[in-house]
This record gives sequence, C-alpha cells and structure tokens, in this order.
Amino acid sequence: MADKSAIDKSGRPFKMPIEWGKVREFARAIKDPNPAYFDPEPARREYGGVPIPVTFLMTSAFWQDEYSMPAVQFDLGRVLHGEQEFELLKPIYVGDVLTGVTRVADVYDKAGSRGGTMTFTVLETTYTKEKGERVAISRSVILETGQPVKPG
Amino acid sequence: MGQKLRFDQVAVGDEIPALTVESVSRMDFVRYAGASGDFVPLHYDQTFVEAVGIPTVFAQGMFTAGLLSRCLTDYAGVGQVRRFRVRFTTRVWPGDTVTCRGKITKKYQEQGENRIDGELEATNQKGEVAVKGSFVAAVG
Repeated sequence: MADKSAIDKSGRPFKMPIEWGKVREFARAIKDPNPAYFDPEPARREYGGVPIPVTFLMTSAFWQDEYSMPAVQFDLGRVLHGEQEFELLKPIYVGDVLTGVTRVADVYDKAGSRGGTMTFTVLETTYTKEKGERVAISRSVILETGQPVKPG
Repeated sequence: MGQKLRFDQVAVGDEIPALTVESVSRMDFVRYAGASGDFVPLHYDQTFVEAVGIPTVFAQGMFTAGLLSRCLTDYAGVGQVRRFRVRFTTRVWPGDTVTCRGKITKKYQEQGENRIDGELEATNQKGEVAVKGSFVAAVG
C-alpha cells in the first residue's frame, strides 16, 4: 500500500524515441484513421512533422523499467487505473527523443463508496526534448481499494 | 488533413460531433494491448478473468479514452489539444457500442492563443458513461 512517505520519490530518467511505426500502430489501435499519422509528406507540410495522438505517451510502458518507476509498493490485487491526464505543452513529432522522469506527485486517502479506505497515488511523468525543453506532462491516478478488486 | 476550426465560429454550448464505434471486440483490446504496452490480463485473458470471477475480458480504460481523443481531434484538429483528462467509470465489454461526444464550456485567450474548454464522455449502448473527460484546445 502506498503511503505519504512516497511523495516526491522519483525514478531514473528514461529515453523514449518517438517512432513512426509505433505512432501508426497506436493510431490504428484507437481507430483513428487521420492521415496525419499515416502520410509523412503532407504531415510535414501541414504540421511540421508526423504528430502523435493525444494519448500516445501511454506507450512509455515500452521504455520504462523497474528503475524508472519510483519505488512505490502497490498491492497489485487492489489497484485500478482511476484517471489519466495529459498536458501537451509543445508539439512532439516522430524522430524526437524524449526524456521522461516519473515522480510520485501525491498520495492521499478517501473513504470508499462501499466502506473502507481508498488510497490514491498520483504518478506524474514530465517529458523533455533534447535541449531540456518541457513538452508534456502525464498524470496517472492509481487507486488502491481496501478490499481486493471485485467484479462490478 | 481535416478542416480548421475557427474561433469566431465556436460558441459555448456547441456540441462536438458524435463518434460511434459499433461492437468493440476482443481483437480491439488485444490490438490496444500490443500498441500501448498495457498487458494487464483482465483485457485479453479469458481464463484469468474467469478465475477472478469476471464473466469476460473488458476494454482497457485508455482504449475507450483513445476513441474519445479521436472524437476530439476530429473536431479541434491534430496538434491543437493542450490538455486531455479522463476518468473511468463503467467497464466496456465485448459487443458494446461506444458513442463519444463533447460540448464546449468556455472560450477565452491564454498564453497568446485562442482556447476552448470542454467536457467529453464515452457512453455505451445503454447510455451508461464509461469514460468522463475534459479538455483544453487551441483554436486558430
């Protein structure tokens, strides 16, 4: 169970190259046929590069490892992904190499709707480009229930 | 690559055109697992879900959120979204029809840009909200 002592813990920085094949694959998976993701020449003319879908930074899962995640103990039988937020500060294009750092932004408790206490952990990943310019922030809210997760 | 939305043509209360995806399937969830790297077995492993007492696999919340993001970029344009936030409320099951919608709630200028705020939701065929969201987008 995460507790307040985890707040501000950070993982090691990780690299995340933005690859066209992955952008296409991701766009297909979310059923988005926008030619911006599939047709590089017109995308370069119109957007200055092949852009990424709004939720594409979810694919950081392929670049994160045990060291890039802050050392938070979750009870895996009791966790749910409750919320997700992206702040997209600057354009990100295929060919960029991002550096991400994930930190525990907050840990707090709330009374659960079916009794017991729920613990909320906010994991915040800040992405920078080569020159250190911040381009995006991803926030995931992970819920831990007092009871094992039940169907419903 | 899509028409440009114009600030003077947007009004608070405007609705974002709905996007309906009929009968989402296990293959969709498997494809999203591979594309995103979310390999939580609840979304593709029938043996696993039955063992924990859930009747079938169900969609990743971020799969449905991805459909919702497409509904938004179809309207506001690629590269225009500045903030996108979603909360997961009800599960989406194989065979469900997902409808994504949105509404403009605010129009203003910030950081030298014309911007709009809005609400988003993805509902199933019974009208239950699966994903609730909000956004900020820049408009030319």
